Amino acid sequence: MTTRAEARYTSFLYLVRRRPAEAVRVAVTYVLLVVGSFIFLLPLFWLITTALKTRQEIYVFPPQFFPKTFRWANFIEAWNYPNMMFPRWIANSLLISVINLAAVLTTASLCAYGFARIRFPGRDVWFMMVLATLMLPGQVTLIPIYVAFYKIGWLDTFKPLTIPAWFGGGAFNIFLLRQFFMQIPIELEDAAYIDGASRFRIWWQIFLPLSKPALATVAIFTFQGTWNDFFGPLIFLTSTEKFTLALGINLFKGQYSTEVAYMMAIALLMTIPMIVIFFLAQKLMIQSVILSSIKG
Amino acid sequence: MAAVAQRRRYSATFWRDTIQGYLFIMPVVLGLLIFTIGPMIASFYFSFTDYAVLRSPKFIGIDNYVHLLTTDRLFWKSVRVTITFAVMSLPLGITGSLLVAVLMNQKVKGIPFFRTCFYMPAIVPGVASAVLWSWLLNPDYGLVNAVLFKLGLPTCRFLAEPETALPSLVLMSLWGLGGGMVIYLAGLQGIPETLYEAGKIDGANSWQLFWKITIPLITPTIFFNLVMGLIGTFQYFMPAYIMTGGGPLFATYFYNLMLYERAYKWMQMGVASAMAWMLLVVVLLLTLLVFRSSTLWVYYEAEVKK
Repeated sequence: MTTRAEARYTSFLYLVRRRPAEAVRVAVTYVLLVVGSFIFLLPLFWLITTALKTRQEIYVFPPQFFPKTFRWANFIEAWNYPNMMFPRWIANSLLISVINLAAVLTTASLCAYGFARIRFPGRDVWFMMVLATLMLPGQVTLIPIYVAFYKIGWLDTFKPLTIPAWFGGGAFNIFLLRQFFMQIPIELEDAAYIDGASRFRIWWQIFLPLSKPALATVAIFTFQGTWNDFFGPLIFLTSTEKFTLALGINLFKGQYSTEVAYMMAIALLMTIPMIVIFFLAQKLMIQSVILSSIKG
Repeated sequence: MAAVAQRRRYSATFWRDTIQGYLFIMPVVLGLLIFTIGPMIASFYFSFTDYAVLRSPKFIGIDNYVHLLTTDRLFWKSVRVTITFAVMSLPLGITGSLLVAVLMNQKVKGIPFFRTCFYMPAIVPGVASAVLWSWLLNPDYGLVNAVLFKLGLPTCRFLAEPETALPSLVLMSLWGLGGGMVIYLAGLQGIPETLYEAGKIDGANSWQLFWKITIPLITPTIFFNLVMGLIGTFQYFMPAYIMTGGGPLFATYFYNLMLYERAYKWMQMGVASAMAWMLLVVVLLLTLLVFRSSTLWVYYEAEVKK
C-alpha cells in the first residue's frame, strides 16, 4: 500500500518527464481545485473583510477587496448597537442550546439503550415509529403544538424551545446512539449484570463512558441545530429581549439594512462557534454526515 | 422441577425486561404521543375546520381544501415557485456535489485542505449565510455584480427582480453543496479499487471508467440525496423569509412561506393545517415514487449476489 501511495505522490517534474498524460491530469485537477476553492471561500472572505470596512469603503462600486485599515471597532459597536441586544440574544441562544444539549444527551441515550439492549414486546414497532418521524414534515404537527402552547401560556417563553427536547431528543439522535450501543460487546454488560448492577447503572457506568464519540457527535448536532434554529424561535418568541441570536440578526437586518458592516460582524460572530467546532471535531462531523446518509 | 423453575425464571425476566424496556424508552414514547401522534390527529381535524385559535374550531368539511385548490391563486403560485426551485436546484446541486466529490477523490497532494475549503460554506449558520448573500447579491454594491462587471459581463438585479429572484436563491443554495459532497465522497471511497484496475486492464479510458463503474455504483447515494433534496425543497423557508419575504411579486413565495403566513400571521389554522396535510401527502407520494422507480435505475451491489 505505502509503495503505491508513494508512487502516486512522486514529484511533478518526474511525472512530466515520464508520464505526460498523468502530469496533465494532475495539473488540471489542481487548477480545478484552486479555482473551486477560491470561488467557495470568496463569500466567506467577503464576510470577514466587509465586517472590517468603514461605511465609505462599503458603499463603492466596484468594491475594494481589502479595507485600508481593519476597523475592529465595528465588532464593539455592533455588540453595543442601540435598541439591539446582541449580548442578551447570544446569552439566550447559549442558554437554550445548553438546556437542549442536556435534554438530548440524557433522553436520547436512555431511549437508545432501551431499543438497543432490552428485548420486550412492541419494541420494534415503537422504533419504526420513531424512524418514521424522520420523514414527517414538521408543519403537520407544529400547528396544534403551537395552539396548545398558546393555550397553556407558554408562548414567548423558552419552554416551547427546550421542553420538547426532553422527550427522546429527536429520532436521528436515538438512531445514531442505538447504532453505536449495539456495537458494544454484550459480555461487558453480562459481567456487570452478574455483579448485580442495575440496567440504569449499566447505562450510566458502561454505555455512556464507552460512547463518548457518538455522544460528542449528538452534542455537536444538537448544538448546531439549536444555535442555527430560526423557525422555532420565530413562531414561539415575540418580545425582543427573549430573542435568540438568529432572530436578532433578522431584526437588525429588517431595521438597519444599511448598516452592512455591523450586520456582517454579527453574522461572523454567529459563524465563529461553528467554525471552531468544525476544526475541533472535523472527523466526527463529517463521519456523522455520512452516517446520516446510511439511514436512508 | 427444573423445567418449571426455568419457565418461572424466564417469565420473571420477561416481565422485568418489559417494564424496564418501557421505562427506558418512556421519553420517546411520551414524545411520540404528545408531540407527533396527538398533534397529527388534531391538525387533520383542524384541516376540516375554520379555526382562528381565539374561537373554537368550526367544522366546514372539505372547504379549506376546495378553496385552496380552486380559488386561491396564491396557493398555486406557491406550488409553482416550489416546484420551479426544485427543478432548478436539485439537478444542479446533485451534479455539482457529485463532480466536486469526484474531484476530491483524486489522489493528489493537499486534498484534505481543499476538502475543507469546499466544505466550509456548509457549516455557516443559515441565518448568517442569508444575511451574507443578501449583501453579496446587492444590485448596486454587491460582490457578485462586481465580479460580473470586472469580467465584462452584464450585471443583474438578482433578488430585486421577479425573473431573477428565484435563480438567485438557487445560486445561494449551490454555495452549500459541500454537505452533499461529503456524502458522495464516502460513496466514491466505498468503490473497490480493483474494479477500476480491472477496467483499465480491459482498456477502458477514464471517461468510460466514470460512466460504467463510478456512476452505477454511486446511484444509491444519488438516490438518497434526491429524496432528501425533494423533501428539503418542500420545507424551504428561512432564506426566502429573510431575503425576499416571498417577493418581488410573489416570485419567491414558497409553499412553506405561505403556510407560515396563514398559520402564524393570519391565524388561519384550518387553512394552514390543510396545506400541511397536502404537503405530507405529496412528500409521501414523492418518496414512494422515487423508491418504486429506484429499481429501474439504482444499482445495489447486493443484486449481483442474489
